[in-house]
Amino acid sequence: MTRATLSGRFGMRLGYRFNLIGMSALSIILLWSGVALFAPQIIPHSVGEIVDTDYFGPMSRDLWFGSDYLGRDIFSRILMGARYTLGISLAAVSIACFSGVALGMTAAVAGGWFDSMLSRFLDALNSIPSKLFGLVVVAAVGSSIPALIATLSVIYTPGAYRFARALAVNVNTMDFMAVARIRGEGLPYLIASEILPNILGPVLADLGLRFVFIVLLLSGLSFLGLGVQPPYADWGALVRENIGGLPFGAPAVIFPSLAIASLTISVNLLIDNLPSRIRDRSAE
Amino acid sequence: MTGNLVEIRNLRVEATTDADRRVEIIKGVSLDIAEGEIVALIGESGSGKTTIAMTLMGYTRQGCAITGGEVHLAGVDMVKLSEAERAGIRGTRVAYVPQSAAAAFNPALTIMDQVIEVARIHKLMSTAEAQAKALSLFKALSLPEPETIGNRYPHQVSGGQLQRLAAAMALIGQPKVVIFDEPTTALDVTTQVEVLRAFKAVTAQHSIAGVYVSHDLAVVAQIADRIVVLKDGTVQETGTTSEILEEARHPYTRELLAAFRPKAQQRGPEHEDATDGHLLQVDNLTVGYGPRRRDGQPLISAVQAVSLKLDRGRNLGIIGESGCGKSTLARAIAGILPAHAGDIIFDGRELGKAGRGRTRNELRKIQIVFQHADTALNPAKSVEDILRRPLTFYHGMKGKARDARVSELLDLVHLPKSVRHRLPRELSGGQKQRVNFARALAAEPTLILCDEITSALDTVVAAAVVELLKELQRELGLSYIFISHDLSVVEAICDEIIVMYRGQKVEEITPNRLAAPQHPYTRLLFSSVPKLDPTWLDNLKQNAEEVRAYCHQ
Repeated sequence: MTRATLSGRFGMRLGYRFNLIGMSALSIILLWSGVALFAPQIIPHSVGEIVDTDYFGPMSRDLWFGSDYLGRDIFSRILMGARYTLGISLAAVSIACFSGVALGMTAAVAGGWFDSMLSRFLDALNSIPSKLFGLVVVAAVGSSIPALIATLSVIYTPGAYRFARALAVNVNTMDFMAVARIRGEGLPYLIASEILPNILGPVLADLGLRFVFIVLLLSGLSFLGLGVQPPYADWGALVRENIGGLPFGAPAVIFPSLAIASLTISVNLLIDNLPSRIRDRSAE
Repeated sequence: MTGNLVEIRNLRVEATTDADRRVEIIKGVSLDIAEGEIVALIGESGSGKTTIAMTLMGYTRQGCAITGGEVHLAGVDMVKLSEAERAGIRGTRVAYVPQSAAAAFNPALTIMDQVIEVARIHKLMSTAEAQAKALSLFKALSLPEPETIGNRYPHQVSGGQLQRLAAAMALIGQPKVVIFDEPTTALDVTTQVEVLRAFKAVTAQHSIAGVYVSHDLAVVAQIADRIVVLKDGTVQETGTTSEILEEARHPYTRELLAAFRPKAQQRGPEHEDATDGHLLQVDNLTVGYGPRRRDGQPLISAVQAVSLKLDRGRNLGIIGESGCGKSTLARAIAGILPAHAGDIIFDGRELGKAGRGRTRNELRKIQIVFQHADTALNPAKSVEDILRRPLTFYHGMKGKARDARVSELLDLVHLPKSVRHRLPRELSGGQKQRVNFARALAAEPTLILCDEITSALDTVVAAAVVELLKELQRELGLSYIFISHDLSVVEAICDEIIVMYRGQKVEEITPNRLAAPQHPYTRLLFSSVPKLDPTWLDNLKQNAEEVRAYCHQ
């Protein structure tokens, strides 16, 4: 095809096809990850330092994204906020997906009462509205980063469980599962070696989607004042702090929102455009 | 133009792979079909037979395109027409009968609505006329209860009936050419006879030309006037049916014919003195699905009180139509589906009903090989990984010794060592089935249960697999239980045959008594196996009562 771009050819050499949208989404995600890792080294101003005489200051050469409601540099605060948003979400999504997928595969293979009990229990958990659940937990134990991670992972485990179980049930009916069972294989081998490789693709896609939900929920909780506590702030908290600037069209409220949007949309686009393996490799 | 109804000239079809590489799948094929003539396209899977048949409708599958040549249908070149013009021709001048009618019918609409849909789309006749026409077609296709069958839904009729209804759907627009795409491949032999008869009668009656796509030479011999043998997208040989059957010139055609006549089992008398008891003895085995009823019987019983015996180094065949319980029986012996009642005695010891109740060694000695290698091999694992696992699991092999054994196993099943690193989807059907078999051999079993292992394969490939089984038996002293609905395969390899019907064993026979089966169902089954003789179908006389009794309808 004539549309085969340079990036396309590069991907093909590795036996994978990766389109331009996926690549740009990946580069935005990598950019934010880099920012999160190196934020303390690259911020132009300290996050707590009041650098502007005015509040909700406009964009300037010194303050790229303007200043916030106290006159602090919003650019630096967004860079530091990336650490909380990405770090907490990543930790929570990893825990949620690991436990959800492990339980889901076990339930599919084991079946019977174990499956029923676990499914009903997690369904019950699923039926609690997530923001309400977060509110209750934060009210009960107070807001701390470990508590936030734990709450977010508990909220998103049932979804990951349902998804993995549905996939694993399909794989479980395959003849190779019958062959492995009748060979006398135990549960750990069955789930880790026979099922997991076959559901890995969708599970990874689901992980990405769940990551987006968690970023949004965390931002929501922070917006309500239940997330990361001052003086630190994740992106959601930045939006809440500066919501007063909305009537003035202050960049302080727009840029954190754009940061949330750019990350979540990029993750979504990446999931939809994951590199696909090229089956026809005889051309090489 | 010499006035042939269909003239295909130098047809080329190309496919684009996902690496943007173009592959020519039809390489310059030419063929003619006269009015009222039935031409069979025969060849192994991947030979392009369906692709050629589809071009008659100006259609190619997604990713493929006709890149050269002409397809004239009644003087019109289908290649040059616009999609809208082709749509006008499809259904009225050319029609299609798919391989799987069950997948081609919409389960939410009644049969009549779907059969007359073509007439409605092309505004050929009024609804009442179309229904009357459909009724006459139902009668011509000898469907039972032709007046009311149209009111049923697709799941309410049998597979053979649905296939004939698909033909009625194709014929309602009075096409000049009908494409039959392996219409009987998915049917039981006893049903196949009925369907073939109906097709033959109705095409002759309306003098419809047909393209019959199949890989079964014997079926084709019954219905076709001429046969075109295809391989790798090129025509190997063309001739009238009797020419191809009697004086095939091309080596591939000869191979195809040879595959159809499996060599009879040559068996030395050395096995006769096996006196150390039976290898496997099954007594009154009852297997079923669903919860137990109050009397201890399962809700739906698939196998009812079946007993069998198998001696060491010998083979037992189990035949019967689909749904007769033969696969369930094998699963119960393997322990996948625990039996409800009865005993399985293997090597002098009673086995646990469920696989969980058996020792690792007992599990190792009985291996099962499934029909569909696609689902029996984990698609995410390489051939090497698949073969390594039983070696590690049963024999604790590691490292170099295990790798050497994997090479040995690949050698045993005649696969090149280069397939080691491939994934199952990168292998052909026959290769997959060999890997499937090699995995069973890796356990070093004494008994292998072969569940329809050749049914999904082409005739030539299936014959090669059967040869392989015989060879391995000579070398390794295995025993097989060979389950199939294909009598000729079972005959070729088995010492004894059990015929099953509706969960019960109706007869036990040895190949040398094959000629004189006692039970009426066995007689019907055996007489339904198509022969290469083109006059077989016309001369076949089956007891009408038996047909009624055993063909469900």
